[in-house]
Amino acid sequence: MRSLWAIGLALLAGSAQATLTDVTLDNGMRVIVKEDHRAPVMVSQVWYRAGSIDEFNGTSGVAHVLEHMMFKGTEKVPPGEFSKRIAAAGGRENAFTSRDHTAYFQQMQKDRLELAMQLEADRMANLVISDELFAKEIQVVMEERRLRTDDQAQSVVYERLMATAYQTHPYRRPIIGWMDDLQNMTAQDARDWYARWYAPNNATLVVAGDVKADAVVALARQYFGALPVRPLPARKPQAEPAQLGEKRIVVKAPAQLPYLLMAWHAPSLKDWAQDTTPYALQILAGVLSGNDSARLQKSLVKTQQIAVNASAGYEAVSRGPGMFMIDATPAQGKSVAELEKAIRAEIARLQREGISEAELARVKAQVIAADVYQRDSLFYQAMQLGDYVTAGLPPEALARRVDKLRAVTVAEVQAAAAQWLQDERLSVAELDPQPLKPKPRAAAVPGVRHAN
Amino acid sequence: MNILSIQAFLVALLLGLPLSAQAALAIQHWQTPQGARVYFVESHELPMLDIAVDFAAGSARDPAGKSGLARLTHGLLDQGAGGLSETEIAHRLADVGAVLSGRLDRDRAGVTLRTLSSAAEKEKALDLLARVLQRPDFPQAVVKREKRRLIASIREDEADPGNVVSKAFYRALYGDHPYANDESGEPAAVARLARGDLQAFYRTHYSAPNAVISLMGDITRAEAEAIAGRLAAGLSGAAPVPALPKPAPAAASDTRIAHPSTQSHVLVGGVGMARNDPDFFPLFVGNYVLGGGGFDSQLMREVRDKRGYAYSAYSYFLPMREAGPFQLGLQTKLEQTDDALKVARDTLRQFIANGPTEAELNQAKSNLTGGFPLRIDSNRKILDYLAVIGFYELPLDYLDTWVDRVNAVDVAAVKQAFARRIDPDRLVIVVVGGAGSAR
Repeated sequence: MRSLWAIGLALLAGSAQATLTDVTLDNGMRVIVKEDHRAPVMVSQVWYRAGSIDEFNGTSGVAHVLEHMMFKGTEKVPPGEFSKRIAAAGGRENAFTSRDHTAYFQQMQKDRLELAMQLEADRMANLVISDELFAKEIQVVMEERRLRTDDQAQSVVYERLMATAYQTHPYRRPIIGWMDDLQNMTAQDARDWYARWYAPNNATLVVAGDVKADAVVALARQYFGALPVRPLPARKPQAEPAQLGEKRIVVKAPAQLPYLLMAWHAPSLKDWAQDTTPYALQILAGVLSGNDSARLQKSLVKTQQIAVNASAGYEAVSRGPGMFMIDATPAQGKSVAELEKAIRAEIARLQREGISEAELARVKAQVIAADVYQRDSLFYQAMQLGDYVTAGLPPEALARRVDKLRAVTVAEVQAAAAQWLQDERLSVAELDPQPLKPKPRAAAVPGVRHAN
Repeated sequence: MNILSIQAFLVALLLGLPLSAQAALAIQHWQTPQGARVYFVESHELPMLDIAVDFAAGSARDPAGKSGLARLTHGLLDQGAGGLSETEIAHRLADVGAVLSGRLDRDRAGVTLRTLSSAAEKEKALDLLARVLQRPDFPQAVVKREKRRLIASIREDEADPGNVVSKAFYRALYGDHPYANDESGEPAAVARLARGDLQAFYRTHYSAPNAVISLMGDITRAEAEAIAGRLAAGLSGAAPVPALPKPAPAAASDTRIAHPSTQSHVLVGGVGMARNDPDFFPLFVGNYVLGGGGFDSQLMREVRDKRGYAYSAYSYFLPMREAGPFQLGLQTKLEQTDDALKVARDTLRQFIANGPTEAELNQAKSNLTGGFPLRIDSNRKILDYLAVIGFYELPLDYLDTWVDRVNAVDVAAVKQAFARRIDPDRLVIVVVGGAGSAR
């Protein structure tokens, strides 16, 4: 049972040629290798197709909690040893959890890949989650939530807006999990999650760097190839029902400045060869805020001076649906309502008049250059591959990304703006800043904190 | 960002600061006729070019009563220059896919350019870099607007407990020294700044003798010389800025600042070391064991792993032109602030008393020397190292000897170096969060 199928894709990226190897082992684990011989180093990433999108109410945050527990030891490798061995070999390691996936990585000298694989394969199958270590680590995760969300007003706004914009889709739940769910989470919840999703047939190994693809595949077969296939639960689509009208929320939190976040439901990239809208929306985001004098910056920040910051964003690649977002901070003396009106005027102008050929060419020039620049980072190259593959897109979609963006026309951008930036798809959140001081004093001077 | 990552985000950042590289990295160095120092690594593997131009024009150079001047001056460089408006500059850069960025800290003000190395794109990008560095216009209306934006960002930072604690820590640590002030300045001082202040600051600080030009990428030596010469030729000849005063050791203090956050942000430390400190390696390697090594460090083990007190617990020395801070930090829910602070202080005290064990020190050295190739595995990283070598006038063979110097550190050297710098009974402590009551 050692047969495997392999395709070697010669990917033309800019002027250089990079070879990609994409192999699936007998047990269903996918192995992708990108050779890059600029420096004698490599990055190894194991991606699990399990993120907060796969969670249920009551145990939100468990994907990320399990990520923490993955460093807490196996039958053979005691708690703390994983990190210690990687460190001793000069490695840097970490992990990250997103809505769509959980990934673990090591960056090391090229000849130390075997250690990384050995340890990753071991914790893919043999993790031990003790009640005692879980009890400590869940406290750490709650501190992480306080640090990154609860005490960051704009993060709270984002979290609450997602919970509003999505009525049923699991993207409504924060990756870190609701605090109450964290407080009530048990070690068994983490064990269940691990048992459900941590299997070779739900994982992709991405290795990039100064390695030989066949040697990497051989090592992968040696260490991961023996792990048994496990049945995976059926994944329900949980499609979001169509929004029936604009939604608005106000978030009151300690802050000094108001903040506005607008989010429109939008498609994500599914059929990379046929879809056009996701590419048009990417260009649109670039036209709105892709440079220091792009539309939002020029109109709102520089000319009208109604905002101190404004930007647009759209991620085309995700397992679930997409979202086109604009956020902005009003200038002193300007209200959020005035700011929103100005943003709406910009959108109306886009829909009515479209964009210029010069704007389109500018964004495309940036896309083409960025495609060269990102080859400076091994980690980012591997990251993109893992991101595409776990979203269900083939590496070819990544290789052809620049071509697809270059094919976008001004008419397509205008049409995408007209079709998708509509009020019935829109959810708006406003941050209503609450005083930082518990008891505001009449004589308080701005900028002075009561130090004792 | 839809991504959470498990490890203290500060650690990787800070481990990157001390320099390393292997002998294979051939650094070329020369000086332009105008006095700018140039550092260059030639690499043709990617069709791109990175340039950094750094000046001794950081916020420690703010004149008395004019805090925020260095930041504002730096921020205005590309907002109208050489007869081009801010919009023309931004659009022309984007048209060729070039990225112009800035960086500013207490010591340095820098501008970086990343461009494709194809002739047409490169030439246009270099033209814009030259205009921005040599002929900033500081348009009156833009100055006014950017002052307001800077004040807004300072005010916004007041809501962020991590920002509040950091500013208070530097104030407590440095007293009257220029390092005490935050890079962004105080709102009232920023409000008073005038266009003439910016022009004067620019003339005296953004000069060729104050400049370090770093180049990395797909050009030849001859071309690098031409580019460096062209950039330096248009700068003023103002003399190098005078040395900063030496910071005095900080007195013990314990500052509690009220904040509506759910966590306390805790910083503990003292005045640490300068970039050229002879104790650099013992302190750097030793600190890996104390709080620089992420999950491999004592602080992470004691504060996070054993007790679940914090997501991030770390320590570092930030080497600067003059002695930068030694800083130990954590964030924890309000009600366990004192417990977490005690664990951190006890860990520090024991480390200073006992130093690392042989095993711990060997582990630190293994990681640092074994991870050495990762420090120079991209053009971006190499450019940053060139800029630091140039700015802080480190020896050119600094990178070649780095691994040996890490390996030469022993337990006694770590103990002695820490004992010289950090007195566990004379620490600066700042806590932001809770009621802020005095202790």
